[in-house]
Amino acid sequence: MTARLHIDWTRCDGHGSCAELLPELLAVDDFGFPLSRDGERDPAVADRHRQAARHAVRSCPVMALRLYDAVG
Amino acid sequence: MTAPQAASRVLLDGAGPDHDAHLARYGVCPRPRLDHLLATLAHSGLVGRGGAGFPTAMKLRAVAAGSRKPVVVGNAMESEPLSSKDAVLLARNPHLVLDGLEILAQALHTRRTVLAVGPEVDPASAMAAAGTRGLQVVPLAGGFTAGQESALVNQLEGRLGVPRDPFTRVTERGVDGRPTLVLNAETLAQLALLVRYGAPWFRSVGTDDAPGRSLFTISGSVERPGVVEAAGGSRLVDVVAPAVPVRPAAVLVGGYHGGWVPASHLTVRLSAVDLAAFRTTVGAGVLHVLDDATCPVEFAADVTAYLAEESTGQCGPCLNGLPHLATNLRRLATGVRDPSLPSEIARMSALVTGRGACAHPDGSARFVASTLDVFRSHVAAHLDGYCPSSQRREAS
Repeated sequence: MTARLHIDWTRCDGHGSCAELLPELLAVDDFGFPLSRDGERDPAVADRHRQAARHAVRSCPVMALRLYDAVG
Repeated sequence: MTAPQAASRVLLDGAGPDHDAHLARYGVCPRPRLDHLLATLAHSGLVGRGGAGFPTAMKLRAVAAGSRKPVVVGNAMESEPLSSKDAVLLARNPHLVLDGLEILAQALHTRRTVLAVGPEVDPASAMAAAGTRGLQVVPLAGGFTAGQESALVNQLEGRLGVPRDPFTRVTERGVDGRPTLVLNAETLAQLALLVRYGAPWFRSVGTDDAPGRSLFTISGSVERPGVVEAAGGSRLVDVVAPAVPVRPAAVLVGGYHGGWVPASHLTVRLSAVDLAAFRTTVGAGVLHVLDDATCPVEFAADVTAYLAEESTGQCGPCLNGLPHLATNLRRLATGVRDPSLPSEIARMSALVTGRGACAHPDGSARFVASTLDVFRSHVAAHLDGYCPSSQRREAS
């Protein structure tokens, strides 16, 4: 199982808090929207980033993020 | 399986909305059990004809796995402006599409079964046909992304027809929270034929990686635009031949989310494997011929401006990225000699890809990337200050 971060693009307004809290996983694009650094649609979250990822999920003002366990 | 039946196994050779004529031609609608239907579909290799090309058996299996009674939606939205195959199919052979719906409705014991029809499709024939069979035809609002399955689910629930976050698939939770099977109208008609005549019959036409027949809509620089039916894996040149292309420079395969095949490669076969070299797929069967006097960069700028307009504006990368692409393509088309334009367009195409609720940014980026790739010498000419197409126009 791999933890992954899912962005609901229909909710995301490019507030930017996720990229601030999870700079190892997320950059910001030209327009202020989160950009997965590994290029994956739902970037993998290593154990050492799990705590920060949970924080990012809770901090998103539009609840656009979720952390889930995926096979592979 | 006598000779007269064989002729009726062509989708476009239908009986119109007259149910008795349909029954005389095809016999009564079969009622396979779910396990038999799944096995037949899996063996046939039928994939969706609406654009995504997803295996129909896999979709059906996902919906059947749900615990609640499912909803089945026939998708005749025909959201691609260059496509008219579903409209033609519904006019000529509406009962075959309805047979597909009925087969699924009884195999899945559905809660609700509807045929969703877009504003560009005349629903008269489908409605006349459905009226005699107790099936529901629902005319819905249009738009390029309105036929995307979660957008369709939204409209059927009375919401705005915009795509949903794909985290939860509609096969799991769709219309009214029920597992929902959305299948393109042509896919339903193919299903109705292959349930009658069997998977081996279906696979006897076409190639291993593109079994069966498909409908194609041919437009652009041709003498006779329209819809044709061809075996899967046919050569592009043979499929467009009945439409009589005029001075073709390239063919756009797969519509506005597709890619270009240059005139030098028209012998390519229309299958997933062979079209991969051109980074496109058959999609919903749109084949648009571009002549050598039309500027491909200008054409692409027009299409991309349209695609940007058609963004539902829900997802930031699409909402911002597509207008950015359209603007830079327009600059390139109108002769702005900025050598950084192609690389900036390529960068933005990559940036929007994979970053939206639906495939609209990905498909739009694919079309733009294909334009820059296939027409790179044309793009280079623009940057040198001239347009080869306009020179051809003046010469002719």
